[in-house]
Amino acid sequence: MDDASREFGFNTRAVHAGQRPDPYTGASATPIYQTAGFVFEDTESASAYFNLQEYGNIYSRIMNPTVAAFEERLANLEGGAGAVAFASGLAAQAGLFFALLEPGDRIAVAKALYGGSTAQLNHLARKLQIDLDWVDMDDPDGWRRSVTTGTKMLFAETIANPGGNVLDIELAASVAHEVGAPLVVDNTFATPYLCRPLEFGADIVIHSATKFLVGNGTTIAGAVVDSGAFDWSNGRFPSIAEPSTAYHGLKFHETFGVYGLLMKLRSETLRDFGAVLAPFNAFLLVLGMESLAVRMDRHVANALAVAEWLCEQPGVGAVRHPALRDSPYRPLVERYLPRGAGSVFSFDLESGREGGRRFIEALSLWSHLANVGDTKSLVIHPASTTHRQLSDDELVASGVAPGTVRLSVGLEDVDDLLWDLERGLRAARGSAVTA
Amino acid sequence: MNELQDRRTIQEIVLGAHTVAIVGLSASELRASHFVGYYLQRHGYRVIPVNPNEEHVLGEQVYPSLREVPEHIDVVDVFRAPAAVPEIAQEAVEVGAGALWLQFGIISPEGARIAQEAGLPVVMDRCLKVEHARLLGRMHWMGFDTGVIAGSRPR
Repeated sequence: MDDASREFGFNTRAVHAGQRPDPYTGASATPIYQTAGFVFEDTESASAYFNLQEYGNIYSRIMNPTVAAFEERLANLEGGAGAVAFASGLAAQAGLFFALLEPGDRIAVAKALYGGSTAQLNHLARKLQIDLDWVDMDDPDGWRRSVTTGTKMLFAETIANPGGNVLDIELAASVAHEVGAPLVVDNTFATPYLCRPLEFGADIVIHSATKFLVGNGTTIAGAVVDSGAFDWSNGRFPSIAEPSTAYHGLKFHETFGVYGLLMKLRSETLRDFGAVLAPFNAFLLVLGMESLAVRMDRHVANALAVAEWLCEQPGVGAVRHPALRDSPYRPLVERYLPRGAGSVFSFDLESGREGGRRFIEALSLWSHLANVGDTKSLVIHPASTTHRQLSDDELVASGVAPGTVRLSVGLEDVDDLLWDLERGLRAARGSAVTA
Repeated sequence: MNELQDRRTIQEIVLGAHTVAIVGLSASELRASHFVGYYLQRHGYRVIPVNPNEEHVLGEQVYPSLREVPEHIDVVDVFRAPAAVPEIAQEAVEVGAGALWLQFGIISPEGARIAQEAGLPVVMDRCLKVEHARLLGRMHWMGFDTGVIAGSRPR
């Protein structure tokens, strides 16, 4: 018999959680169940699966064993009751919001947010009549000032993209719970190796698994992880606590307890959205996550070395890495991110928009690319790419300076990374006087 | 870890039990108790419904209380309000049941104490169906964390 009493460590769980050798074939690696449907044993089983009376595979738009291996591994590492995977991080986020919110609801959202999330929220707000209260997460009174008894959800990133703002998770959680609302945290930049928000009182974690979880930039994927601890029967979440018309009157929270939200997300939201993760992509994620801890240690060390080096270079202005000694986020990093603050951060070139362009063009090892969390080191200059249409004044208003550069530090030898950056900085300084 | 959610105890009850008396088993297919009873029957357990308001549930004779059940009970699985639990625990002890199991949200330290003092293993605020699926295989198909960590081939 397996010994169920052992508490295994993070690395062991990263390698084994969600997957053990296949009982039928003995295959050691996770099999890729590349199938749309699953044959039922008999008619009784089929109806039991459709009625949710029995856990069974039906159709890969709702569940798939390879995808489930990824979901369980992530849930285990985050300390959640379970997870539901989606085709992308934004799909996971949209699915969660769709499951939790009703037209006319208010939610409080950190202003320092990934641009794609801001755009999605503004879009959802328009289409679903959701009111958004934007919160300055750096202000200790920010959440309390914006959250009212009408607030249905609080949402923020553990480490904000690209500003590097660090969330005071316990503070946000306590404000959320005072009004009976869940705290939802995007933990993409930290990964469960560097921070587990559920341990600090967050209720739900979402991920773009495209980044450090898969680790090598091969896959677009996302997931929702639920702690199972939030009381959805507090009168504010009828879609989870009250009878579901989609399941002939089933009450998800009463029937499935800590698994209520996850069952609803899978059997209603994922089923209806169809933004499902492909089995092959899940296989790459399961493989990638095996080495999560080892990779994150190197990412963190490389990124801090690059940030400290940049601080000493001529032509470089602000360096916004939250673990730097003089960063305002240093106390929060020590509390929530003791193993390191990730490997994505931004800095400013004093030579402005034109200097940024020259910097990027002079680099040969770093890839000019709109992603983060890859084994390869990546760089992007918002003013000449994602924010190209904005004037200098408009750029500053959106929190990005004309000379701001975002780095995602990979696993290469740090000397090689600095060698290339040095060439870029030299080029950026080249005509700094005329920039 | 909460001693009333001890993983070894859960494992021993789930794998060792055969006869489960479900106190508060509803005839309504939409209630959690019915989900659990139906599931346990499918997986080979003998389910004995205990409910003063029903006669037959899931094809089984219903008994009004544990005292009326004419056979040995391995686990008493409770779906009743916490206030009713101490009396049920007392009955479980009197009829010589093997263990007391309180479902999700049924928190009764008093009931747990009564059973434990009589030597019965107790599990509280857990679902018997979920724990069976966790240990015997299918729950991980739904992306739930089963806590199973092993590199050996399942037998």
